[in-house]
Amino acid sequence: MTAPLKDLSPAERARGTSFYEASARTRLELLLDAGSFVEFVGPEQREVSPHLKIFDLPEQFDDGIVVGHGRLDGSKVFVAAQEGRFMGGAFGEVHGAKLTGLLRAAREIGSVPVLILFDTGGVRLQEANAGELAIAEIMRAVMEARAAGVKVVGLIGGRSGCYGGGGLIAGCCSALAVSEPGRIAVSGPEVIETNRGVEEFDSRDRALVWRTMGGKHRRLLGAADVFADDNVQAFREASLELLGLVGPFGLDRLKAEQQRLADRLRRFGACADAVDIWTADGIADARAVPELPADQFIALANRIGRTSRDAR
Amino acid sequence: MEDLSFRHQVRARAGGARQSAIVGVVASGNLEVLVERVLPDVECSVDIKTAAVGFGEVWRAVIGDFVERHSPGGLRFSINDGGARPDTVSLRLAQAVRLIAEEGR
Repeated sequence: MTAPLKDLSPAERARGTSFYEASARTRLELLLDAGSFVEFVGPEQREVSPHLKIFDLPEQFDDGIVVGHGRLDGSKVFVAAQEGRFMGGAFGEVHGAKLTGLLRAAREIGSVPVLILFDTGGVRLQEANAGELAIAEIMRAVMEARAAGVKVVGLIGGRSGCYGGGGLIAGCCSALAVSEPGRIAVSGPEVIETNRGVEEFDSRDRALVWRTMGGKHRRLLGAADVFADDNVQAFREASLELLGLVGPFGLDRLKAEQQRLADRLRRFGACADAVDIWTADGIADARAVPELPADQFIALANRIGRTSRDAR
Repeated sequence: MEDLSFRHQVRARAGGARQSAIVGVVASGNLEVLVERVLPDVECSVDIKTAAVGFGEVWRAVIGDFVERHSPGGLRFSINDGGARPDTVSLRLAQAVRLIAEEGR
């Protein structure tokens, strides 16, 4: 840190702040126009989990998710940001209800988009059924909001990635932006290893985890439409880009999404490793993809040009 | 879990006009501090829920030192603790006082 914080413009601060390392509140503060964020059901209301006390576990006043509204380049947006360091950003009853409520408000208004900053390992197992129900409610709320004309954009680049029910919700969004440390999947590495054995997936092989679930692979496959460098300003720019790109939603689009996924499975279903997929995609030096710096990778991804823009 | 509560009489009102602020995250070795301007100017309270049982005397010393240094009159502090070390607790309390003293809502 060379210059005092007060001498930096908001954009410079956002550019110099790692999305991965920032807290949920810092991400929102720097993602939105300066000073525009207004929180719903803030920590002073103490809407904590009703379940954690039973397990003698500490609560958090916002139950690990910050929801509210703000402005992005002057336009109103609803926002939700998960705190990945509190219980792995996992969905509990209150945590989930805050996101469901936000999405239903967006559905009622119809014209204000929603940004979801995912950072989650999935359902909070201490709240088992309530957490699973929350995932189902949120998925329904996302689809209802989209059917009412709302753009729902997911941003993924936190330390807990976007796993379990979070991965399912991300799959329902209009579009996604992801950074290299961001990971998107349903079953996490250790879950796969536990259920299918280490021969199937070695969860301690970090390179394998990242090239299977990491942001670069998700971008090349077209699951994410934009690859962002790991800073908050890059995610702000990605959000603006995606809000400009997302088209209308309806049955035709769902059918196109089904077609896109079926084509992908047909083309790559036999590949044993992400490197095989990249090679099949015509990337000359596929093994070098994980090492590429962000700018070179973005150029490569744009050349491959696979997005879910016409589907989703 | 253990609940602790401390009440102090203080010299002066804390600066600033914000009504509340929050810092930190409940994670291993970390804590969150919610501070609210809801008490008379000469009072300060700190309520703690901590996962580390049996450290009441350490908390008493850390809070006593904090109140002496910062004179946080009128402020109620509510803490959810994930087993933070005393230096982390002192840091978060100082950050909370600084944040509520800033301009803004």
